[in-house]
Amino acid sequence: MKPCRGAVAGAIVLLAVLQFLASPPARAEYGDVLINKRSEKEGMRPVVFPHWFHRIRFRCKVCHNELGFKMRAGGNDVLMVDIIEGKFCGMCHNGQIAWSPENCDLCHSGKPGLQTKIFGSHQTGGPGRW
Amino acid sequence: MLGVAVTSGNVFSQERSWLPLNKDKVHDPMSPALRLLQQPGEALSKLPADTAGNQVRWVEALESGAIDPRTNVFPETKVNVLDLDNWLNTSGSMPVVKFPHRQHTLWLDCANCHEHLFKSKAGANKLSMLQILNGEQCGVCHGAVSFPLTECSRCHNTTFEEYRREYLRAQEAKK
Repeated sequence: MKPCRGAVAGAIVLLAVLQFLASPPARAEYGDVLINKRSEKEGMRPVVFPHWFHRIRFRCKVCHNELGFKMRAGGNDVLMVDIIEGKFCGMCHNGQIAWSPENCDLCHSGKPGLQTKIFGSHQTGGPGRW
Repeated sequence: MLGVAVTSGNVFSQERSWLPLNKDKVHDPMSPALRLLQQPGEALSKLPADTAGNQVRWVEALESGAIDPRTNVFPETKVNVLDLDNWLNTSGSMPVVKFPHRQHTLWLDCANCHEHLFKSKAGANKLSMLQILNGEQCGVCHGAVSFPLTECSRCHNTTFEEYRREYLRAQEAKK
């Protein structure tokens, strides 16, 4: 019994070491938010919001203070009609600062079937609650 | 020779890399947007290197001028920046936390944290790593969008001795 157990333990250790050495597959980019509160129900792909892209161009305070986005993934009830009226994303996505709302696919580019969440990166799985 | 072997063969050395959008398992590889959207690697590889999160030192990127993100979209918005350090965790077993308002307010407004996440009065907040790791308090951002909680020593950045010296110096200056 004992050598057998040793072999199993050895194999587990070996697998753990191999997994550690192989670079772990990244999922998304750190801070990417997948929003699927309504999209798929309405027949669209879910939305991918990349924080990295936006923070190169805008400080957090623009969206999270001026535009009123709550700092919780899924915590904002944003309807397309709001965006078209120039609220939330529509403050910039109006064809002047950034692409206008009729470019549906550019935001609605997420993989179908995914739930609303914020993604971690190559090291962490994202926050325990969002 | 040895130097070359150590630097080139080190399995722990981290070459920065970013997954292309069609492989990130979040974007739909069939989406027509993938031909148009910017790839993370294209933008992030040019910014100051980090080992965690987006693998970018975001504050350094801002301060060095590598990026110049807008502070406001409404002309009437008052842009607040506060240059004030606070000492936190001054009696714990981990090093003391020197919290810099300046770096935080370069990105954020006062109202993003005060008063709903943190009271403005020094000492009035009961911080807990358990809550932070669960996405509350500092964890609203750290672990989600700003550097993750694997980087203990970036917040727990000051020895107790250094803290005591700086605290005494500040008390002297007040007199």
